[in-house]
Amino acid sequence: MSPLYCPAPSAIAVALLRLTTRGVLLADTATTLLRLALGFVVGGSIGLGLGLAMSWSARLRRIGDPVVAAAHPIPKTAILPLILVVFGIGEPAIVAAAAIGACFPLLINTMTGVRQIDPIYLEVAANYGSRPLDVVLKIIVPASLPSILAGVRIAFNAALVVTIAIELVAAERGLGAMMWLARETLRTEDLYAGLIVVATLGIGFNALLRWVAGVLAPWHSRHAA
Amino acid sequence: MTYRTASGPLPALRDVSFTVGAGELVCVVGPSGCGKTTLLKLLAGLLTPSSGSVVTAPPPPGRPANALMFQEHALFPWMTVLENVTFALDGNGAGRRGRLDRAREFVERVGLTQFGAAYPHQLSAGMRQRVALARVLARNPYVWLMDEPFGALDGQTRLLLQEELLRTWEAHQQSILFVTHDIDEGVRLADRILVMTGRPGTMREQVVVTLPRPRQPLVGDGEAAEIKCRIWRLLEDEVRKTLYSPRAER
Repeated sequence: MSPLYCPAPSAIAVALLRLTTRGVLLADTATTLLRLALGFVVGGSIGLGLGLAMSWSARLRRIGDPVVAAAHPIPKTAILPLILVVFGIGEPAIVAAAAIGACFPLLINTMTGVRQIDPIYLEVAANYGSRPLDVVLKIIVPASLPSILAGVRIAFNAALVVTIAIELVAAERGLGAMMWLARETLRTEDLYAGLIVVATLGIGFNALLRWVAGVLAPWHSRHAA
Repeated sequence: MTYRTASGPLPALRDVSFTVGAGELVCVVGPSGCGKTTLLKLLAGLLTPSSGSVVTAPPPPGRPANALMFQEHALFPWMTVLENVTFALDGNGAGRRGRLDRAREFVERVGLTQFGAAYPHQLSAGMRQRVALARVLARNPYVWLMDEPFGALDGQTRLLLQEELLRTWEAHQQSILFVTHDIDEGVRLADRILVMTGRPGTMREQVVVTLPRPRQPLVGDGEAAEIKCRIWRLLEDEVRKTLYSPRAER
């Protein structure tokens, strides 16, 4: 097979080393991570907030459900052109894209998590005279936490996909831009090096999140894992 | 008590009238779906009756009027044994440390000292219900409302927990309303048994259990047997009806 499609692992390793020692790979990774983190925090907070609000209020749910049902299935990569029209090429567009990617999974998982709390727990709390704040902190939050953490994981992966995708077409820095440049200059081994970094980010974050889940929700992860 | 549901009103209880005396242990038996749980929720104040009323003597100062003990799955899975019991002490004024110490006493009393840091899913069903028992003990309510608390346990564990309940009751003399579908359990525990009909649940008859205490488990002759037969005869037709009628949503 032509090394253009499938360079030797050693060539990829050399490319990884070269890109790393020249500092570009680290810089691109840092750029992507920063965009991703910003988008994830912005979109995730919005998703979490809306999810909580919608699980609280039936009226909000009536308004929000159809919107979510319509907007969620649209591939987020398909609205990148629209995002670029609205925000123009630049950092705000990339962060916005990542945020939109992160928002929906967290919204849906938060809502599911809260809505599926067994009413018996709330009855116990009512019968035991718990104050509203205690009901939220001791029952609603922990009971929905596993679902929310699963949402965080999906949201991160969604945001990563969208961030890389928008970097391919509309950025000068970042892992997506680096891979696009590698394609244009026919340096396939650099492209693979970029993919390896992206995959490592995914693995790293998922491992981190599994650890966080083990700390925050030991009762759940222990029998789920 | 009539529920309003999407498919129209659903009468769950009708003309149910009874009293539970101070320190009395009253059991309710009836076919499944006869509104026993609804009855307990009304008494617990989780539901408001659509007509009629629930009157309770005011509890002594510092004690909650009642506490429910559920069939199962009512322990919080995200709390350890100790935290679950501590939850019952929330808002009683004691500091966090004080509450933890109190909770530890009750965990000890049900024999789970070594399992204070365990989560419910790590315990057997019998141990979980002992935690639930500790939680109600810690709550120290004036009236205990028990919703088939031992219903999901195997027969032998159930006998042991009945014994623990009776010991607690004899020591504290609180009023208990105990819902069960197990006639044997009712006859072993109760001063009086309320027999209910199928939906909408009504009071069919009250059977006074005059057996002397302490009572032995698994007694099948003499007066105990007579009472059991009498209750079964009261229930049989109702149970048959429930068995052959389509199950409406609760």
